[in-house]
Amino acid sequence: MKIKSPLEVYNYLPRTNCGECGYDTCMSFAAHILDRSAKVEDCKPLVEEAKKDPKIKEKLDELLELTAPEILEVAIGTGDSAIKIGGEEVLHRHELTFFNPTAFFYDVWDTLDDRAIDERCSRVVEYRKFYVGKFLTLDGIAVRCTSGDPKRFREVVKKVAGYGKPMVLVSLDADCMKAALEEVAETRPLIYAATEGNWKEFLELSLDYNVPVVLRAKDLDVLKSMAATFRQAGVKDIVLDPVTDPLGEGLKGTFERVIQLRRTAIAGEDKDVAYPIMVTPIAAWLIDGDEVTKSYWEAVIASMFIVKYADVMIFRSIDQHVVMPTITLRFNIYTDPRTPVQVEPGLRPINDPSPEDPVFITTNFALTYYTVESDLTSGGIKGWLLVLDTGGLGVEVSVAGGQFTASKVKELIEETKIAEKVNHKILVIPGLAARLQGAIEDETGWKVLVGPMDSGRIKGWLENNWPPQD
Amino acid sequence: MVGLATKKFTLDEFLEILKKYNVEELEGVTIEGDLEIELEGSAIDISAFSSLYALLSEFSNFLYHANMALGYMQRLSAMLGIPTPSIQPAAPQVPAAPEVPAAVEAVPELRIPEKLIEAKFEPYKAEYPASIEEVTIGATKADGGSRDYVVTLGGEKSLAFYTFDAEQKHLPAIAIDVFDRKPMLAKAVRMHYEDVLEDPAEWAKKCVKKFGADLVTLHLISTDPLLEDKPASEAVKVLEDVLQAVKCPIIVGGSGNKEKDPEVLEKAAEVAEGERIMLASATLDMDWERIANAAKKYGHVVLSWTQMDINNQKTLNRYLLKRVEMPRDSIVMDPTTAALGYGLDYAFTNMERIRISGLKGDTDLNFPISSGTTNAWGAREAWMIDSPIEGDTPWGPRELRGPIWEIVTGLTLSLAGVDLFMMMHPGAVAVLKEVFNTLGGRVSGGIADPGEWIFMEG
Repeated sequence: MKIKSPLEVYNYLPRTNCGECGYDTCMSFAAHILDRSAKVEDCKPLVEEAKKDPKIKEKLDELLELTAPEILEVAIGTGDSAIKIGGEEVLHRHELTFFNPTAFFYDVWDTLDDRAIDERCSRVVEYRKFYVGKFLTLDGIAVRCTSGDPKRFREVVKKVAGYGKPMVLVSLDADCMKAALEEVAETRPLIYAATEGNWKEFLELSLDYNVPVVLRAKDLDVLKSMAATFRQAGVKDIVLDPVTDPLGEGLKGTFERVIQLRRTAIAGEDKDVAYPIMVTPIAAWLIDGDEVTKSYWEAVIASMFIVKYADVMIFRSIDQHVVMPTITLRFNIYTDPRTPVQVEPGLRPINDPSPEDPVFITTNFALTYYTVESDLTSGGIKGWLLVLDTGGLGVEVSVAGGQFTASKVKELIEETKIAEKVNHKILVIPGLAARLQGAIEDETGWKVLVGPMDSGRIKGWLENNWPPQD
Repeated sequence: MVGLATKKFTLDEFLEILKKYNVEELEGVTIEGDLEIELEGSAIDISAFSSLYALLSEFSNFLYHANMALGYMQRLSAMLGIPTPSIQPAAPQVPAAPEVPAAVEAVPELRIPEKLIEAKFEPYKAEYPASIEEVTIGATKADGGSRDYVVTLGGEKSLAFYTFDAEQKHLPAIAIDVFDRKPMLAKAVRMHYEDVLEDPAEWAKKCVKKFGADLVTLHLISTDPLLEDKPASEAVKVLEDVLQAVKCPIIVGGSGNKEKDPEVLEKAAEVAEGERIMLASATLDMDWERIANAAKKYGHVVLSWTQMDINNQKTLNRYLLKRVEMPRDSIVMDPTTAALGYGLDYAFTNMERIRISGLKGDTDLNFPISSGTTNAWGAREAWMIDSPIEGDTPWGPRELRGPIWEIVTGLTLSLAGVDLFMMMHPGAVAVLKEVFNTLGGRVSGGIADPGEWIFMEG
């Protein structure tokens, strides 16, 4: 976004402090536009006035342009499952935050038999990984035309569309692509790819069917030329693929091209390359070796470019040793660093506990809390969970750093009145807080048991340690 | 870092090789000139073309082996118990298959331009005013030690692997952890050290000779008052053994006990005099002054360790510089590593901020960075047999999840600027080395056609 201070935004607003946007003052609204927690269009008076007065319309458009993200935001798919890519503002997440997590598409191809296609699609659609209080899922399916047959491609694309996920359609052949688009254009797939060889046909397709398009070229002069040409011809939704070379100096070149594209777009203000970037970890499957080697290298390439600027990716492997690390890394990198990931401290009864049930304690770091809470809940364990305010730090770090202390545990026990809810005075502390055992006993007068290092093992631990023997 | 030169084949050699591999599909095809492929009968027959194309692809696939410098794949596969054949190096340029000419439209529609708009991509140039200090660990005979080689960290003038901005003299180094008593290890890690767990000197040898460690980190955890409480003077005998057993640069760690560590590290500094080891570590909540003074007195490097807080890192570094007067070439920082999924975002951003501050000229922060990447094994995804959470997709074999967890944790932090990785899984070490050599521009070659995935089946 070109504007850097709320005052600049404020000057475009009605300055009436009407509050219709949900903020008390126009200045407050301006500040929220700047950090992208509010949209210009939320200012109803401005939007309404612009409909009547061309001068105000001009002002509104100017403000929209000045507050547009540095990198174009492109939507793939429609309805609830639609995803947005791009829309980024900064090169380093601590400068603000990264906005739209890299979208993950998983590969099927039209020479697979129908059963295998269904099997892969189902795995993508059904994938779930619990993390920080919710289930992470996968974004979409990439359908490749390996048959060279427009009819078959169309048939398979139709079948895959039935799974309701956003799609990337992969074919360099305009006839095949056209056949597929006739079937599913209204689901707004991303089409892959226009190249130096086929760009005219693909330009026509993206205009005719109004779908986002990937431009593919290793030579960044050519890539920029294509982007400028498509833009001028009226294509709005462009994605750039600077070609993922999976190995050696080829991969080194890809690293350089991706970084140069994004850096030149943001720091160099080159609007002709300010588009989302596609990286294709699937190219790792071109290297030689067994499946483990290929899939490991696929995860490596993906990780590199989740950290460095890829907005959309195509994967081959749906195996956990590829999906789990990449989906977790994506979450970590795209977590907003401005808001600490923590939950309310206090007392949480788990599975309707009785006074005989154990009392556990953990920290208010969201990840720690949700991990412990879900382990207890899904393990069918009844108990009382004390959540200590460590300022959003995990157990190990807060014990070392002095945010998890005996005196704070004592305060929490008093505040939550836990002693009135149970008929014992026994506290189970995390294994990673073992060194506080004595101090907590001295401070609180409670008996302290050291639980396992990982809350996933609480169930087994309780079998041996609860109820306590003495 | 083995860089293999790319050998260009002539077409004749290329055909010879194809013949050698019994390529029958070549019948009826003549290849002339440099990049021209002609099919019999001159008209392009797609089916003939595609089989040739497939053939070329297969051929290039086969040949690409060549560029597996370091043979990391083989090592990884061996680690996981899957043998892969080793193949002679060679990396020819395989001619690209000619494109089928697109049907030319008689009269192109007006809205589709005839030609691409000509544009030149001008990459944005970034330059930083300062650079990261160079810190050398280890000393050879010439410098009064007995190491065979030394490892130099730091020296960056730009962000990690941005060699298009500035040369990166030193790629990140990898140290493998050794403990002076059996530690708690994940099964997938322990299986590689089962035979040496009782013998730190043998353990160190295995790390260097078999797993390619650049350095070894010896953790004297037996000194922990809560474990054996071994006296410092006795514990450092193991250090002497390790210094004898291996000739790589050495890092020595204590047990993490605030009271005991200064004494242990002081003793270690004394017995390793001349070897320029790194003492791990000085922290704000223990007697950092005593540890740093020991490092200074005996000519070692000190690791300045803080808990994910850039300001604390600055404070501790200042203390070391101003109060102890540590030389600037003798400080490495450990701003704390959290595992993938368990705070990696904090660790990454903290390190990235530290590195950028250093490059911008903050002389309290322009030191090389170290990461305890072994922490990745604390993540349950790395070691647990399956998800304890109802509704999760099954997690798959843990032998495959563990190493990649360590790899991705390390890879992410390498992009933030880490110079030294302390690791444990040999497969993870091998893969990260390959990554560093690749991004550092030390692996030549690539594959013939990176676009082939678009057409690949199976």
